Amino acid sequence: MKDSIKIRVKDLTLIFGKRKKEALRLLTKGVSKTEILKKTGCTIGVDRATFDIKDGEVFVVMGLSGSGKSTLLRCLNRLIEPTAGEVFVNDDNITKKNNKELLEIRRSGMSMVFQNFGLFPHRTILSNIGFGLEIKGVDKKERLIKAQEAIETVGLQGFGEQYPNQLSGGMQQRVGLARALANNPEVLLMDEAFSALDPLIRSDMQDELLDLQKKLQKTIVFITHDLDEAIKMGDRIAIMKDGKIEQIGTAEEIITNPQSEYVEAFVEKVDRKTIITAETLMFKKYVTCLYAKDGPKGVLRKMREASVEVLPVIDENHKFKGFIWLNDVLSTQEEGKTSIMDTVKEEVPKVFPDCTVEEMMPLTTATKSPIAVIHPETGRLLGIISQVSIMIEATRFDKKEIIDLKKQSKEQ
Amino acid sequence: MEKIIDLGQYVAMFVNWLMDFGRPFFDFLKNSGNGFIDSIEWVLTATPFYVVILIFTLLAYFKAGKGVALFTVLGLGLIYMMGFWNDTMVTLALILVSTITALVLGVPLGIWAAKSPKADKAIHPILDVMQTMPAFVYLIPAVLFFSVGKFPGAVATVIFAMPPAVRLTTLGIKELPKDVIEAALSCGVTGTQLLFKVELPLAMRTISTGINQTIMMALSMVVIAGMIAAGGLGEQVLAGINNLDIGLGFESGLAVVILAIVLDRITQAFGNPKDKINNK
Ligand SMILES: Nc1ncnc2c1ncn2[C@@H]1O[C@H](COP(=O)(O)OP(=O)(O)O)[C@@H](O)[C@H]1O
Ligand SMILES: [Mg+2]
Repeated sequence: MKDSIKIRVKDLTLIFGKRKKEALRLLTKGVSKTEILKKTGCTIGVDRATFDIKDGEVFVVMGLSGSGKSTLLRCLNRLIEPTAGEVFVNDDNITKKNNKELLEIRRSGMSMVFQNFGLFPHRTILSNIGFGLEIKGVDKKERLIKAQEAIETVGLQGFGEQYPNQLSGGMQQRVGLARALANNPEVLLMDEAFSALDPLIRSDMQDELLDLQKKLQKTIVFITHDLDEAIKMGDRIAIMKDGKIEQIGTAEEIITNPQSEYVEAFVEKVDRKTIITAETLMFKKYVTCLYAKDGPKGVLRKMREASVEVLPVIDENHKFKGFIWLNDVLSTQEEGKTSIMDTVKEEVPKVFPDCTVEEMMPLTTATKSPIAVIHPETGRLLGIISQVSIMIEATRFDKKEIIDLKKQSKEQ
Repeated sequence: MEKIIDLGQYVAMFVNWLMDFGRPFFDFLKNSGNGFIDSIEWVLTATPFYVVILIFTLLAYFKAGKGVALFTVLGLGLIYMMGFWNDTMVTLALILVSTITALVLGVPLGIWAAKSPKADKAIHPILDVMQTMPAFVYLIPAVLFFSVGKFPGAVATVIFAMPPAVRLTTLGIKELPKDVIEAALSCGVTGTQLLFKVELPLAMRTISTGINQTIMMALSMVVIAGMIAAGGLGEQVLAGINNLDIGLGFESGLAVVILAIVLDRITQAFGNPKDKINNK
């Protein structure tokens, strides 16, 4: 993901109904939606949505059915004409484009994938995939080459001459995806693209899209009503309710810090241990010992001051060496040694910042040691996670899992 | 009963005015219409009967199967042997001309109604009225404007047979799945591309049903148009009734039925092509 902004949405509002102007006026005055519906007969589809989508990001919009996700998405390529507000793509104001410019954007800049696939039943798979190129006026030869490329990208070689209804749902959606990719757009709009598929096929398609995304680096706006899918797919997630964006953030940000009761209720059932990472859990203001420099006396003083029994040890480059325990330091001092280099335990649990609680659980049961969080490349110490904090996180787990955890730690 | 309003008088005045005023236009319509009818009729009657039968049989065979082909060859053969071949071709020519005209006018109207809710609102009640009126009512304005003969017969037939073409074209386009249309739009189609590359091909099945109905209605009207000297089988049926000639009435009636079945089966088959796209 690059850090530049691809799509900027500002105060985007969509109102269904005849008396849009009046409804908009009431909306900006703060009148409630039910009141607006009563007074004007207008439904608020999207209510002043403002957000940025980064280049190469998978941006998920999640919300219950009827929350306005599809409407919001269709405002981006103006399949639905926004009532107010602006959409910029590459700093280009989409809402100000004339018809011809708009067609150009749909033909080359943005493609869309639909929940029920939206394939053309009277055309072969190849001709479905080449449709976008055909209407652009690309000649037949080039069309076939590009469609063939796209068909291979989604793994449907050999099915080019078949018709959509001869294919299974998962395969049909591959065709939908290939049709969108054949135009080589910068932005992919996906409206519940996997929601109509069986769970297993759905999971496969999610994995494949993520794989593909690693190579293609498109900007993807991905709509879903399923939180698990949102967490799996999204670099960032926007949670929508009644046409309003309630909160935007990474899955972890939203789960650890829900900003409204609605979001909190939504994320309550999430399997936290697969999402909370070492980075969130780790303690950063720790005291350290220096491997080649500190002697037993200094270490004991540091332990007394921090009132702890174990400290992390680093070298002069802040690289993590291991942990040192109070009892070991005391013996070292009795033996009259002046270096702690032999006293440091180097075989201790170490994890990278993106390691999840679930992945750390085996480490907590195997030893009483704290866990060091280190930088994946340099090995620098970033933070420390105590067994206690993992247990606290664990108390949010199911009861059965906690009992299992306790049993395992007793067996040790 | 005493007349309070003489509505008929005003209508008569209006029609008279229209006829005087539009005379050149109506004459032009009549002449070109007659030219069209005559040339089609000439082609059908000048072609040897066995060639016509062969063409119909082949069409039936390839589109509708063996049974229909057998019926076609036997049925048309019987018509020839009963001595109604010429009348049948005259009737067929009138059906063809009327149907083509009804489609040329009706399909675009149907498309328009599908695209514009306003047009739909205007066209819908007119179609309702057209379909509830008894068939021979259409003969009245046709005769008023064009007197008797084939052309007024064709005019009445076009008006009578057009509604299903309009209705089913509108229906065929409106019933298309929303996401297919959205998919096309999201690819950046123009209005024309949407119509010709997506909507019409997908609506074709429904539109064919409309075409089939239009042909059948045209056939029934063409027979009724025998009353205004449109010629063909209709006049034979009428002669049978007027002269209480049971034999003539039966034979000409049978010819109409045979023609109806042949046309119906073949055009229906065009609407249900045996391809893999539609085997849902
Ligand atoms: N054409 C329309 N006319 C009126 N209301 C609509 C229309 N389309 C959608 N809505 C309403 O707008 C709201 C948002 O719909 P939608 O964007 O389809 O939600 P989602 O995709 O999140 O399920 C819903 O309350 C829906 O009833
Ligand atoms: Mg939706």
